[in-house]
Amino acid sequence: MNKFITVAPSPHIHSGKSVERLMYGVILALIPALVVSVFFYGIGAIAVTFISIVSCVLFELLIQKFILKTQVRISDGSALVTGMLLAFNLPSNLPWWIIIIGALVSIGIGKMTFGGLGNNPFNPALVGRVFLLLSFPVQMTSYPVPKGLSTPYISNIEGFTGPTPLGILKEGIKQGTPVSDLMKELPSYLDLFLGKLGGSMGEIAGAALILGLIFLLIRKIITWHIPVSIILSVYVFTGILHLTDPSQYADPLFHILTGGILLGAIFMATDYVTSPMTSPGMLVYGIGIGVITVLIRVFGAYPEGVSFAILIMNGFVPLINRYIKPRRFGEEVKNG
Amino acid sequence: MSMVILYTIISLSGLGTTAAIVLYFVAQKFKVKEDPRIDDVEGALPGANCGGCGFPGCRNFAEACVKSDDFEGLYCPVGGNDTMSAVAAILGRDAVEQDPRVAVLRCNGSCDARPRTNNYDGTATCAIASALYGGDTDCQYGCLGFGDCVEVCNFNALAMDFTSGLPVVNDINCTACGACVKACPKDLFELRKRAKKDRKIYVACRNEDKGGIAKKSCSVACIGCSKCFNVCPFEAITMNNNLAFIDADKCKLCRKCVLECPTNSIIEIGFPPRKEKVESTEKSNENEESKDTNSGEIIKNKEE
Amino acid sequence: MLKTFTIGGIHPSENKLTGHEHIVNLPVPDAVTIPLSMHLGVPAKAVVEKGETIRTGQLIAKGNGFVSSHIHSSVSGKVLKIDKAIDASGYKHDSIFIQVEGDEWDETIDRSDELNHRCSLSQKDIIQKINAAGIVGMGGATFPSHVKLSLPRGKKARFLIINGVECEPFLTSDHALMLEKGEELMVGISILGKALNAEKTLVGIENNKPDAIENLKKIAGKYKNISIHALKVKYPQGGEKQLIQALIHREVPSGGLPVDVGTVVFNVGTAYAVYEAVQKNKPLFERIVTVTGKSLKKPSNFRVRIGTAVNELIEAAGGMPQDTGKIINGGPMMGKALSSTFVPVTKGTSGILILNDREARRKAVEPCIRCAKCVSVCPMGMEPYLLMALSEKQMFERLESDRVMDCIECGSCSYICPANRPLLDYIRLGKSSVGKIIRTRKK
Repeated sequence: MNKFITVAPSPHIHSGKSVERLMYGVILALIPALVVSVFFYGIGAIAVTFISIVSCVLFELLIQKFILKTQVRISDGSALVTGMLLAFNLPSNLPWWIIIIGALVSIGIGKMTFGGLGNNPFNPALVGRVFLLLSFPVQMTSYPVPKGLSTPYISNIEGFTGPTPLGILKEGIKQGTPVSDLMKELPSYLDLFLGKLGGSMGEIAGAALILGLIFLLIRKIITWHIPVSIILSVYVFTGILHLTDPSQYADPLFHILTGGILLGAIFMATDYVTSPMTSPGMLVYGIGIGVITVLIRVFGAYPEGVSFAILIMNGFVPLINRYIKPRRFGEEVKNG
Repeated sequence: MSMVILYTIISLSGLGTTAAIVLYFVAQKFKVKEDPRIDDVEGALPGANCGGCGFPGCRNFAEACVKSDDFEGLYCPVGGNDTMSAVAAILGRDAVEQDPRVAVLRCNGSCDARPRTNNYDGTATCAIASALYGGDTDCQYGCLGFGDCVEVCNFNALAMDFTSGLPVVNDINCTACGACVKACPKDLFELRKRAKKDRKIYVACRNEDKGGIAKKSCSVACIGCSKCFNVCPFEAITMNNNLAFIDADKCKLCRKCVLECPTNSIIEIGFPPRKEKVESTEKSNENEESKDTNSGEIIKNKEE
Repeated sequence: MLKTFTIGGIHPSENKLTGHEHIVNLPVPDAVTIPLSMHLGVPAKAVVEKGETIRTGQLIAKGNGFVSSHIHSSVSGKVLKIDKAIDASGYKHDSIFIQVEGDEWDETIDRSDELNHRCSLSQKDIIQKINAAGIVGMGGATFPSHVKLSLPRGKKARFLIINGVECEPFLTSDHALMLEKGEELMVGISILGKALNAEKTLVGIENNKPDAIENLKKIAGKYKNISIHALKVKYPQGGEKQLIQALIHREVPSGGLPVDVGTVVFNVGTAYAVYEAVQKNKPLFERIVTVTGKSLKKPSNFRVRIGTAVNELIEAAGGMPQDTGKIINGGPMMGKALSSTFVPVTKGTSGILILNDREARRKAVEPCIRCAKCVSVCPMGMEPYLLMALSEKQMFERLESDRVMDCIECGSCSYICPANRPLLDYIRLGKSSVGKIIRTRKK
């Protein structure tokens, strides 16, 4: 026991919030989606998640200890979260060595080269994911067929791997098939919501992800601004397009439930380090992501655009922080 | 295949040359015309950009020198008289000279002399601790020991001695630029004229409390007894607010005050040990052992 | 829907351990040390000498300038000396040392308990009496009240706002006052309203004190133009600007004063002191202090004579606990940690809080994770992470243009930071540096 009185500047109490608790809260919020993906993809899902998490944490430990020679901070849980989110962006049948490369790029390049936690401008999991997508396009876009799926489009595919509903949509539109015909072959909305579709592990279960969102909001780990602005802007933009030509553009609900919109809006874009610091800034950020995503999906070469959209908007975040300021108290001079 | 390579080489070289020529002419057109002497003067300066002259960098000091008529208020403490005469030669003026100075820490309240009375748990910088209260000892005037001065020194002339809890000045490296004077929230650093062989005699205390209170909080505090003031043959010592101060310009380094001081508050540095009475030898030996910094030996180097 | 302020805010645990403790008179101590500066502005000048015999309530120091305050003795006895003594700031300042002998009060003071609710003094005379009684803001700011009441030319106060919020955790001195001295408090409030010629008076109380709200609502019924408002429990509702926004929906402009939006704010303790001064001729020399802490044996609300040493209060509350870590003058969010308990209680001491070892220690600082929680809780809508970074790098021009001087130092940012970053430490440093620059610029 200290025999001296302690003196320090105010405040003398603390909320008890810590980085670990925030990170473990995010992990808890991801558990429902993990359960769904294990249910549909089996052992592959567990393997990919495990390899991703272990390699991310290991790389952070090795880099901090031997290369940077700073304090080892793996216990704060941020590498674990990066590992999980990276896994959720990968197909569950990805070879193990590709996952390890992805982890190295995520942690080594996406996070550590900038100075560790708090200093990276781009979302590390997305940096890894996009790197893998560009380097190993075939392996990254062949998703295994989930168990129990019984819609017509499966019978069109040979073997055990296949594209996502968005991929099918894009191909179909390129070939001139009207959207309404394509929709009959794709899973129903309920199936999409519950996860019965091909895709990367985290994309598939809309319901599970929304559960995670509610948990994060209740625990005050994130605020509503980014998820709501992304989802709403995607909805509105695709809605406008759909209204102008329903045969060319799918309806907004389809867009929200497929691809990584929900995963991106709830878990990837809300990463603390790479998102804006002010509420109005977050809304601008979210709208930007939504618009760019739809542009890439509809007019671009890729069927899916959330990862790129988030990375592009990450680049704008310092500008948003500099010029979009929060509402100040006493800004306007009121008449007394 | 080789034609392709040839065409590539030709076209890229052509592009590069064109760009170089365009850039050259643009650079010439938009060139800022500056007095060429500014570059010359800047070349003669040490280039430390430490701010000791009062200007934000060596180039600004060079500009100021060139633009003004004389050297009024312009002196580079780091370069000293050699640099100023070089600058004067470039500008065709008479050189100015100033006595070289060195920084001195007017506090000897080490962990042994000045016991801690509470535990500080705030941010470990002197600026923040000083804004909060008088420090974790009973002397509100003394060194806080968090090393803001060490952080700010550009010349590696300050290092924290962790046994005593006080910073130590390296006389060889010190250029008297004044950064530590500005950084110390307790105003403990004094820039004083260097004496021969870098000898110093100064009152290592700034405690203005009455004698009894000062002595209770630190065993080597100045208690304002005025014995040194009475014994100084050169009137170099002044008493103010229970505190003695030795004027370096008047002091002739006779060391009479060091012997008189009852609390060993006056420090002497750079002197050979005395051979007189036993008590005084012990006293001055004590002082010299604990304060022999003139050899330049740094006890713990500031991390680069 | 309870009224509240709209930007930022946090919800620390209330810990109102003494919420139901009756006010207990702390016995008069053997000696008191009264600092000559217990208020904002110029320190007072002593008008007594060593060896003089004085009585409780006697004037012992005169205010020295417009923004200054008179000081009255809280005890009767002999002046020991006028010398420097360490006070709550940790630095030594001039104080009057008095050796207590008995408890003889000045004859002009009315010591009866009878409620005196008639006041026929003019506005000017009320302000004069408040000045003579040495009344300062008792919420902690200690701004001389007569100066606050002397509105600048051309400014009018439509509203008088009384701050009964007490948003700091642990503190209950205002709560006890509102419960036990409600009638007197209301008279004091109406006197203040008269002094300002205000149209309406609003009293704001946080909703965690329902008994006080009910008690005051009942009493306010007898007065016209005084209304009691329950406010949502959120820190820092008791901050002047936040309280004004919650009650009259106006925001004091940056760099401005409440009078710029037509209102003046006073703490309930100050209003009670005004009653005693104007109606009972009793100058300010004692106040209610909450002595609290989870390890204390008898946390209480004491009525204490100014100048009593803090350690006497702790003794009366059951003695210093073994596991004491910090001793705080004030509340846990904005109070000042004491380096010694031999410091006196002053006009602005609202509470003494003992935090144990575990509660007192700060956790290790980690790098900023840019979670923006500090931005979301700042009641002034600022960006604490940015202000800390600018302050560390000493970029004072940008600090000033980012209006660091608007910071009310409430501590919400440091409280919420998951990385335990000392945001408020650096912001305060930035404020003092920028303040120095502004002052030298004005000269």
